[in-house]
Amino acid sequence: MQHITFTLNREPVSLEVEDHWTLLRVLRESLSLTGTKEGCGRGECGACTVIVDGKPVNSCLVLAAEVDGCEVLTIEGEMRDGKLSPLQQAFIDTGAIQCGFCTPGMVMSARALLMRNPDPSEPEIVEAICGNLCRCTGYEPIIRAIKEAARREMSHER
Amino acid sequence: MNDDLIGASIPRIDGIEKVTGSAVYAADMKMPGMLYAKMLLSPHAHATIVGVNVERARKVPGVRAVLVGKDLPYRIGLYMVDKPVLADRKVRYHGEPVAAVAATSEEAATEAIDLIEVEYEPLEAVTDAREALKPDAPLVHEDLHEYKYVKGVFFPVPHTNIANHFKLRKGDVEEGFRRSYRIIENQFYAPQVQHVPLETHATIAHWKPSGSIEIWTSAQSPFAVRNLLSVALGISHSRIRVVVLYVGGAFGGKAGIHLEPLVALLSKSSGFKPVKLVATRHEEFKTLPCRQGLHARIKTGVSKSGRIIAEEIEYVWDAGAYADYGVNIGRASGYSGAGPYDIENVKIDSLTVYTNKPFGTAYRGFGHVELFWAVESQMDIAAASIDMDPVEFRMKNLLAPGSMTITGEKVTSHTGSVKKCLKQVANEIGWGKQSSPKSAGRRVRGKGIAVLHKAPAMPPNTASSAIIKFNEDATADVIVSGVDYGQGTATSLSQIAAYALRLPFDRIHFVWAKDTDRCPYDWQTVASRLTVMAGICIMRAAEDAIDQIKSTAARALGVEKHQLEVENGKVFVASDPSRMLDYKDVVMGYMFPSGNSIGGPVIGRGSYVAEGLTNLDPETGQGLPALNWTYGAHGVEVEVDLETGDIEIIKIVSAFDVGRVINEDLCRGQVRGGVVQGLGTTLIEQYLYDGEGHLLNDSLTDYKIPTSKDIPREMVQILIETPHDKGPFGARGIAEHPMISVPSAVANALFNATGVRIRDLPLNPERVCLALRQRTK
Repeated sequence: MQHITFTLNREPVSLEVEDHWTLLRVLRESLSLTGTKEGCGRGECGACTVIVDGKPVNSCLVLAAEVDGCEVLTIEGEMRDGKLSPLQQAFIDTGAIQCGFCTPGMVMSARALLMRNPDPSEPEIVEAICGNLCRCTGYEPIIRAIKEAARREMSHER
Repeated sequence: MNDDLIGASIPRIDGIEKVTGSAVYAADMKMPGMLYAKMLLSPHAHATIVGVNVERARKVPGVRAVLVGKDLPYRIGLYMVDKPVLADRKVRYHGEPVAAVAATSEEAATEAIDLIEVEYEPLEAVTDAREALKPDAPLVHEDLHEYKYVKGVFFPVPHTNIANHFKLRKGDVEEGFRRSYRIIENQFYAPQVQHVPLETHATIAHWKPSGSIEIWTSAQSPFAVRNLLSVALGISHSRIRVVVLYVGGAFGGKAGIHLEPLVALLSKSSGFKPVKLVATRHEEFKTLPCRQGLHARIKTGVSKSGRIIAEEIEYVWDAGAYADYGVNIGRASGYSGAGPYDIENVKIDSLTVYTNKPFGTAYRGFGHVELFWAVESQMDIAAASIDMDPVEFRMKNLLAPGSMTITGEKVTSHTGSVKKCLKQVANEIGWGKQSSPKSAGRRVRGKGIAVLHKAPAMPPNTASSAIIKFNEDATADVIVSGVDYGQGTATSLSQIAAYALRLPFDRIHFVWAKDTDRCPYDWQTVASRLTVMAGICIMRAAEDAIDQIKSTAARALGVEKHQLEVENGKVFVASDPSRMLDYKDVVMGYMFPSGNSIGGPVIGRGSYVAEGLTNLDPETGQGLPALNWTYGAHGVEVEVDLETGDIEIIKIVSAFDVGRVINEDLCRGQVRGGVVQGLGTTLIEQYLYDGEGHLLNDSLTDYKIPTSKDIPREMVQILIETPHDKGPFGARGIAEHPMISVPSAVANALFNATGVRIRDLPLNPERVCLALRQRTK
């Protein structure tokens, strides 16, 4: 057991974790944030993507103890002031969602991209989400959603 | 506004829940006192279980239940009741569950699983369906002759590995071959592949001390889970409640019943605690079902002028260890197995064959992706044999109004037009025109086309129902039991409801959670049947509700019912619209100024059973199996790297006669997603085994599916609308069809580009490269 403190979706969090617990497990089990999904448990599918200190990571491959002192963003932190972010709205508008299971991880990979590059090219978008598997949409509308979100965020549209 | 609703691209109603992470899937749920389950899997493809020792497992702190096969004398199945809950006496595939544990933590359950000792005596495994047909092949099910199955529909052959033999006979193929100018015979193979939903199977079950059972599950079809559990355990349907919330992709792999019985029985033996089991990705690959493999042999006789005169087909389906669904895939692929062609003489034998491999089930297309791999490759080969253009050859032979399907169903103007699909696809892909840019150096380009058809594969008495109940503010709850696991049906059905109730779309509340205690019956969410069958039910329920609204309003307004009309949430006298009542004034009953009240809450009811279908003749396969056929075609342009064998999809054009588009964006989304899933099957996906039937690629590292880097440069969807006479507004199903015939279209383009014909899937670089080398020798 060890005690960790980190920032989760802009709020401080402090809790006891077992040494072998992953960040994914702590988010889902200890903190009941089930928006982050488990698709494989070994970093192959991207469904559990969250952002740690600005970087997208597979939370199933990160030990909870490692995020002590870090800033963590999950899908639950993507809405602001009770409103969908332009990125979330663009996912809905372009038909980038079907079953929705890859969506939280996909949105977090896209958010991490837009944080480091507010105006990404199409190849940069494709690269940013190539570790996030989607079995439903054929990716094309997801790529369009991220492109559209970048445009809206740069022009401060919703 | 209501008249624009049908066809409108309304964003999916579940979008906000999903994009915020608040949509709750089965694995997200926790119950008070919940236990965690784990399974022990067979390390052998075929072995006798000599003994199981669970003593050490039981002693692990926190363990509440340990089950092995001999504790569970149940067999489960919808069509062929052949599957035990846990392997009993012997294991039939590598990955089959042998024992299971429920404990207070996952760690304790895992520790207990590791302490279970099983003694096996390995048996010879049969891993090739053609080998399994030989008289001396090991039997996967020695007791096949004792199994229950749907009699008169399926035809197992006792004391063999044949779970079903479907026969179709039309005309006289021998005579047809005698008249043929060319006879072409080929063999094709499609390996087992996997659905790979991003959400693995997950179930929570609570067997209560009263004997009733509650189940929360990732299943496609809550009523099928309930029914199969009821039949297998001998418990009344009324004592079982199945709830389905959000489902993270299914594609057929979550149809029927899977983990639910095991988890329910663990709950029972753990002292009535709720138990949760979430399949790992490994288990999703090796324990849960996949798509069957297919060995196909097709012999085609054509005339000099390009008419197909005779066709003889043998489909040997590699069902794997259990064939509950496999038998129906064998049947469906039999009755539609020659493709959408008008052929005088046809003979088809479709055999569903047990092997010692993970078992097959429904997967987007229900056998048609595989059979069209063979049929549409064969059509190009046949066209080439008489030097005819593949589009022209197909046009000469495709079904059209007036022609007869191979089961004797007459094609009418309502059936849809496969010719239109092919024509528009050929036009859009630039058929007959040079690729631009031209092939250069080691990268060469080519084009291919393929057509397809599929009807819902379901029993002739398949039923759906719907309830519409009004709320105080005249919003309407629409309740059906089909599950929207991503297709978008909830949104399109809401559009149908709004239109039929003459209500603005935002006053429809589509009840998301499916609950067998509270929702009306639906057979299964499969077969691309929900928009059509639940859509019809919703139309009927709306009609019933409006009739009730009019009855009450007629008395309130002092007119006859037939004088009334409804529009935009209001009921009014047609000749004098100023005499009007809002639905709000009527749907809970109307109160006169005196306080006297009439009517009462409006509850609309709609039900539908597939009408006009028949069982098929056991010897000839003749009859009416199809509620509706959806036709389609793909045209594809590829660029092949002659050095590496890599195929890049430059453009793919897909046309479907959907009858009527209900929601255009969602419809295009189904096509796009299905095409990319089809490209996975075409180019990269396959189950790989060692010589003893051990699955080698049971992870997403070793079994790749398409990523964002693997999609075509351009995808075009063409939606054709030849109205169907039964579907709502003329609509037909579309969800499965986009995946079908993608492999054959690509293989035909590969041939066009390189002259290399490949008959085994997938068309991965290794196979293409080797074929290209062979060509240059």
